[in-house]
Amino acid sequence: MLKLRCPNCGFVADETELSCGGEAHVKRFGPGSSDEEFESYLFLKKNPKGVHFERWRHSYGCGKWFHAVRCTASQEVFGTYSAQVEGPPRELFDEISRRRPGWSHKD
Amino acid sequence: MSRYSAFAIASKAMRRHSGWERVWTSPDPKRNYDVVIVGAGGHGLATAYYLGKNHNVRDVAIIEKGWLGGGNTGRNTTIVRSGYLQDDSVAIYELSRSLYETMSQDLNFNVMFSPRGLMMLAQTHHEVRGYKRTVNANSLQGLATEFIGPERVKKLCPIIEINGPRFPVLGAFWQARGGTARHDAVAWAYARACSKMGMHVVQQCAVTGISRDEEGIRGVETEKGPINCKKLGVVVAGHSGVLAEMAGFRLPIESVALQALVSEPIKPCLDVVVMANTVHGYISQSDKGELVIGGGTDGFNNYSQRGSFHHIEETVRALVETFPIISRLKMLRQWGGIVDMTGDRSPIISKTPVRNLFFNCGWGTGGFKAIPGSGWAMAELIAKGNPGPLAAPFSLDRFKEGRFIDESVAAGVAH
Amino acid sequence: MSKRLSEGGRLIDRERTLRFAFDGKPYSGFYGDTLASALMANGQKIIGRSFKFHRPRGLVASGPEEPNALVSLGEGPRREPNQVATTAELFEGLVAESQNCWPSLDFDVGALSDRFSRFLPAGFYYKTFISPKNGWYRLFEPAIRRMAGLGKPPELPDPDCYEHFYAHADILVVGGGIAGLTAARIAAASGARVLVVEQRPNWGGRSVVDNVRVDGAAASEWVRSAVEELEGFGAAMRLKTTALGAYSHGYVLACERLSDGSNRKGGLRQRLWRIRARKIIVAAGAIERPLVCPGNDIPGVMLASAIRDYLTDYGVAAGREIVIATNNDDSYRTALALSDAGIEVPAIIDTRPSASGELPGLARERGLRVIESSGVAKIFGKRQVRGVAACSMGGSGEISEKINCDAIALSGGWSPTVHLWSHSGGKLRWDDHWVAFKPDPDFPPLGDDGIAVAYAAGAANGELLCRNIAADAEMASKRALADMGIDAVPVESPAVESGVENEAPIEPAWLVPNNMSCADRARSWIDYQNDVKVSDIDLAALEGYESVEHAKRYTTLGMATDQGKLSNVNGLAILASDLGTAIPDVGTTTFRPPYIPVAFGAIVGEAAGNLFKPVRKTPIHSWHDDNGAIWEPVGDWRRPFCYLRFDETERNAVNREVLGTRQGVGLLDASTLGKILVSGPDAGRLLDMVYTGVMSSLPLGKCKYGLMCNENGFLMDDGVVARIDEQTFLCHTTTGGADRIHAWMEEWLQTEWWEWRAHVHNLTEQYAQICVAGPKARELLEKVGGMDLSKASFPFMGWRDGRIGEFNVRVFRISFSGELSFELAVRAREGLALWETLMDAGKEFGALPYGTECLHVMRAEKGFIMIGDETDGTVTPQDLGLHWAISKKKFDFIGKRALERSYLNGSNRWRLVGLELPRFKSKEQLEDGAYLYETSAVNEHGHAKMIGRVTSTYYSPTLERPIAMALVESGPDRFGEFITINSKDEGKAIVAKIVEPVFLDSEGKRQNA
Repeated sequence: MLKLRCPNCGFVADETELSCGGEAHVKRFGPGSSDEEFESYLFLKKNPKGVHFERWRHSYGCGKWFHAVRCTASQEVFGTYSAQVEGPPRELFDEISRRRPGWSHKD
Repeated sequence: MSRYSAFAIASKAMRRHSGWERVWTSPDPKRNYDVVIVGAGGHGLATAYYLGKNHNVRDVAIIEKGWLGGGNTGRNTTIVRSGYLQDDSVAIYELSRSLYETMSQDLNFNVMFSPRGLMMLAQTHHEVRGYKRTVNANSLQGLATEFIGPERVKKLCPIIEINGPRFPVLGAFWQARGGTARHDAVAWAYARACSKMGMHVVQQCAVTGISRDEEGIRGVETEKGPINCKKLGVVVAGHSGVLAEMAGFRLPIESVALQALVSEPIKPCLDVVVMANTVHGYISQSDKGELVIGGGTDGFNNYSQRGSFHHIEETVRALVETFPIISRLKMLRQWGGIVDMTGDRSPIISKTPVRNLFFNCGWGTGGFKAIPGSGWAMAELIAKGNPGPLAAPFSLDRFKEGRFIDESVAAGVAH
Repeated sequence: MSKRLSEGGRLIDRERTLRFAFDGKPYSGFYGDTLASALMANGQKIIGRSFKFHRPRGLVASGPEEPNALVSLGEGPRREPNQVATTAELFEGLVAESQNCWPSLDFDVGALSDRFSRFLPAGFYYKTFISPKNGWYRLFEPAIRRMAGLGKPPELPDPDCYEHFYAHADILVVGGGIAGLTAARIAAASGARVLVVEQRPNWGGRSVVDNVRVDGAAASEWVRSAVEELEGFGAAMRLKTTALGAYSHGYVLACERLSDGSNRKGGLRQRLWRIRARKIIVAAGAIERPLVCPGNDIPGVMLASAIRDYLTDYGVAAGREIVIATNNDDSYRTALALSDAGIEVPAIIDTRPSASGELPGLARERGLRVIESSGVAKIFGKRQVRGVAACSMGGSGEISEKINCDAIALSGGWSPTVHLWSHSGGKLRWDDHWVAFKPDPDFPPLGDDGIAVAYAAGAANGELLCRNIAADAEMASKRALADMGIDAVPVESPAVESGVENEAPIEPAWLVPNNMSCADRARSWIDYQNDVKVSDIDLAALEGYESVEHAKRYTTLGMATDQGKLSNVNGLAILASDLGTAIPDVGTTTFRPPYIPVAFGAIVGEAAGNLFKPVRKTPIHSWHDDNGAIWEPVGDWRRPFCYLRFDETERNAVNREVLGTRQGVGLLDASTLGKILVSGPDAGRLLDMVYTGVMSSLPLGKCKYGLMCNENGFLMDDGVVARIDEQTFLCHTTTGGADRIHAWMEEWLQTEWWEWRAHVHNLTEQYAQICVAGPKARELLEKVGGMDLSKASFPFMGWRDGRIGEFNVRVFRISFSGELSFELAVRAREGLALWETLMDAGKEFGALPYGTECLHVMRAEKGFIMIGDETDGTVTPQDLGLHWAISKKKFDFIGKRALERSYLNGSNRWRLVGLELPRFKSKEQLEDGAYLYETSAVNEHGHAKMIGRVTSTYYSPTLERPIAMALVESGPDRFGEFITINSKDEGKAIVAKIVEPVFLDSEGKRQNA
């Protein structure tokens, strides 16, 4: 039973209030993209055992989406941040590196 | 290796059972093999077994980071059925189910396959239509399934409440030859048979890297040193993504936790397997007397073999509603496994971008029932280098083409 | 023979006698007794039978770790199998029965299997019952199933209630002994919000049993004041509450027993606590292990600590002469307590070469005989202990002396209760000093912040010396506080005195004697309930089931209802010795929740019966209920499937509703349809992406049918969009789709196009919506009056705000039935009144309510698709011939790219057609989901080659014949062809003609009327 702080309303929400929307910062490919690009957009998701950037919605709370960084093995949460950004904030990288020395962000 | 039988037990009993041989040997790995299989779960071991049995490929090592059968093979709710909808699914699951029928005799190890009958409850009109559709498809696929009415449901399963206030039982999809088997025994039986053929089951040997060159696969790096092979089969369920990353590509797979639980053992009260997809729960009673219960998956990527309690709650709620007498029974143990879910929830048995590297994964929440069929199809793929008709539809390129094998169209969670 | 002593028993009230029954025989006990202590006081030795060999079994333990004394408790619908007698509090009128025996507990036929136990070693069933095929299922398994299981399942639904309780705590302390209370005191004094749970009905843990003195007074005094002090700090203190499991991020489940333990009927039985703790202090104590020696399962063989508990807590002596067999000093406390109570202790058999600590010294001072370097060669007796034979510990069991006794106290050391620590990922390490696994402080379970979320304290932390426990707990509490950023207030930790300065170390004694003979290995139990013996572990090791997980599963060690609380460490150690490795190298099995079994009813809580899943109701629901509605669940809603009049059948009702609507006028409660308001300058832009068609150019006052695809190109929802004003659209969705589509739009808006200025509101429940359909619809509405509904001023696919009667309504001139039709939306609270007004006014036109099935029949007659029937998540708009609803001009919409993929553009896709049955079949309706196939071809799997399927099939009362819609390979190119359809009657395939999917009024004259 995870808990995450929703950066929109500030509440620490139980997992039962939240829904996970999968990998974060996936670029949408529409008309004009190649089959490979489109396949990777829809199906080839990152599935790391470790630090994972993902989308969540505070479905049964404020209803807003946000981003979270979580370790898929230990369930440690490194932070949550706005859904309306292209990529994670710098200071979050620093926080992850502080807690996971040697970690580097891979695209 | 000596055969198992009541006579063998009786004669060994005279010497206080000191004369039994090892079920499988535990050799140190060689440097080279024709084929290396990563993952000694049911699917990996079955792959090796059919490589030897059907294709006479016996220079095989099955390497396992933990203990054989210690992953999802030993963590599932042991349901065996083949009443799927799509042709391609029915072909492989029914082959699998039919192999379960004779597995104990084939492998000389009692895997306790028990075709006690399996029903999927229809609790909405939509489900009634979906299951009738499946029955119709099955009849053309040569599969014996039927749609039964509520009275028959009640007769087959007297403890069920068919007039529940919220979701009355409108009927059920019934596969008389579906049932359960003893999960650990399946892994142990295959391991014993592989060992008997001279294959190496190497436990406690994690793969740390996959070596490849322009030609294709070279072998694997492991905790016990590098192992070279001509062909590599990866059959690691929840950790498929991690292995694919080692090989340099990504799979259409996400790993999530699936939970199961058992009650305390009680005297027999449930003879059939019951799945209720509207309310998300499935239940059977083991030979030991425990009610074995499963439900839905967590909605997020998870490698921790621990799920969230509210899923257990949901499942138990649904089952108490459907079987009111279980309210005063107690949950004895709950656990989780990491399942590998594909984009269309159907498996992958496929070549990969790397030559002579093959993946078998994506069985999601329903892998146990597929073990023999999956091994059969994967062995053919590895031995021939190209898929046979069983594996061909489950290739990786279907996601690019939009050619899905979607089983959710006729029923809900359905595993 | 066990019996109640004339004095003693700190928990019982001898003034209050309670009567109870066991296996139909009347007994009495005292208030404060457990069922176990009361049975023991009455001299009942055999309480249960073991699982596999049906051996007679008596009490072993005094707490929830008890593996043997499982009974069926209660009567009628309250009868519950597998209750542990040691935790069942006695009450007046309690009724208990023994289990797993037939015909009686004393004479159990199943015990015959024990005679053949040599032929039934661990896993024997894997090696036999193999042939013939089906032999297992038909012959052997049914017999084995009948033998297996413990209690009988309940037969009636549970009449009791359960509830869930949510709690938040800075610190949750699990365990109310000295360690727990000490840790809680510091935390509470420092201002932390503290919750303490204790599974027993009283505080104090072992200290109050063991004559410990705290701060110079009896432990019970200190416990009382500590609890008062904690309550003063505002700490929540809960007895009879067992922490069951620790999950991610400090989530802990606990179960509180309320009416269990009393004869109160009704009301709350149990309460499941769902606790979110910032930190957890695990102060759950430790559990004693038995010694593994021959005959150690005979009734009368108990844990040394349990014998002490029964004596001190309940004034019950386990026997008249009690021999103690041990490898540690602590069990001498039992000897001392027994001797203080005047019970004979003929001998203390100590496996250690020398028992020279203070406690053995005290025992010797009282004249008790200590036999050093010795083990147990044999325990005499079958149904109860009659004596014991000692032997040299180093030998293989040659009897050195026989000692008469009627009970035996075993102690093999203590195992810290690490379950909660382990549940959420804490690691363990082996402690050679105490010969036990204990929490490894370097690898605690982690919280969401990556910092330890649990801290072990006292005995649970492997600190087994009483005088160190308080200091250990203090440290744990301070560490937890510091990690939370709370400054610990200095609180004096209690000085705990156990009466001795030192305890000599325990020495491992896994097999007693060390070189046990083969025959004895088959008579020395490790897991009592599941009948796992040393020989079974030996066999597992021999055969290569070397990992502890394999051995456990092969032998069923630790899989019983006690989940190995007494057996795991012994089993592990013996496996290690068989394999010639060290115990920590064999590792330990994973601890899984729950700590003790928990009733499914408690997990369900309030969510049973009508509260299982609350039903959503439209404002008109009650009217339907009063007027014969047959309900159909649609999502969480209930919708009338049809309305039964008098004794008509459902089929007749549907036909009547169709004809009545087509010939007169019918009313449908359409309130469940999704109503999503999209507004803002970019509302049109958003809808142009979400729908396959163009919505932004929709004129004011107009409606348009729209399709939605998912990003995979498959149809997911449809409905009519109305343009309300320049920046506002109202989107109708399917009933099941409302919440999903609302969330879908929000998702795109918030996560992809967040700079677009648009808002999405789900208004589904704000409005009631009533569809008035049929040739007399206009007449009916005009009779009520209020607005101009003429064809000229209010054409098809328009909408108007206006008044109907006394109601402000929004009227949509749309039709899903093919009839002249108006959909009226009013504020939800006026829905019922409007409905009744319309029904009233409609009387003269023969107006009738119609249900979902009538709706389906009418839409199928018109060839309109239904999401969920014609679509199943794999169907594209093109498959359904809905090209006209897809914009060719738009560069992009959700699903557009997907629809360009090769497989979705193949020429052989299954596409929508109608099916017409030959005239002679005209009474026969096609089956739901029937498949169309080629009679002469098979596919690559050898199945019949399917080329299509029936998606909707109805009897059309309008046309007086069956109609069907189907998806058929290249269907629209094959109009006029005949095709074969499978049928449930084998060999009676049906042939049908492929036709256009519109069966009625293809020009649309009726709806445009």
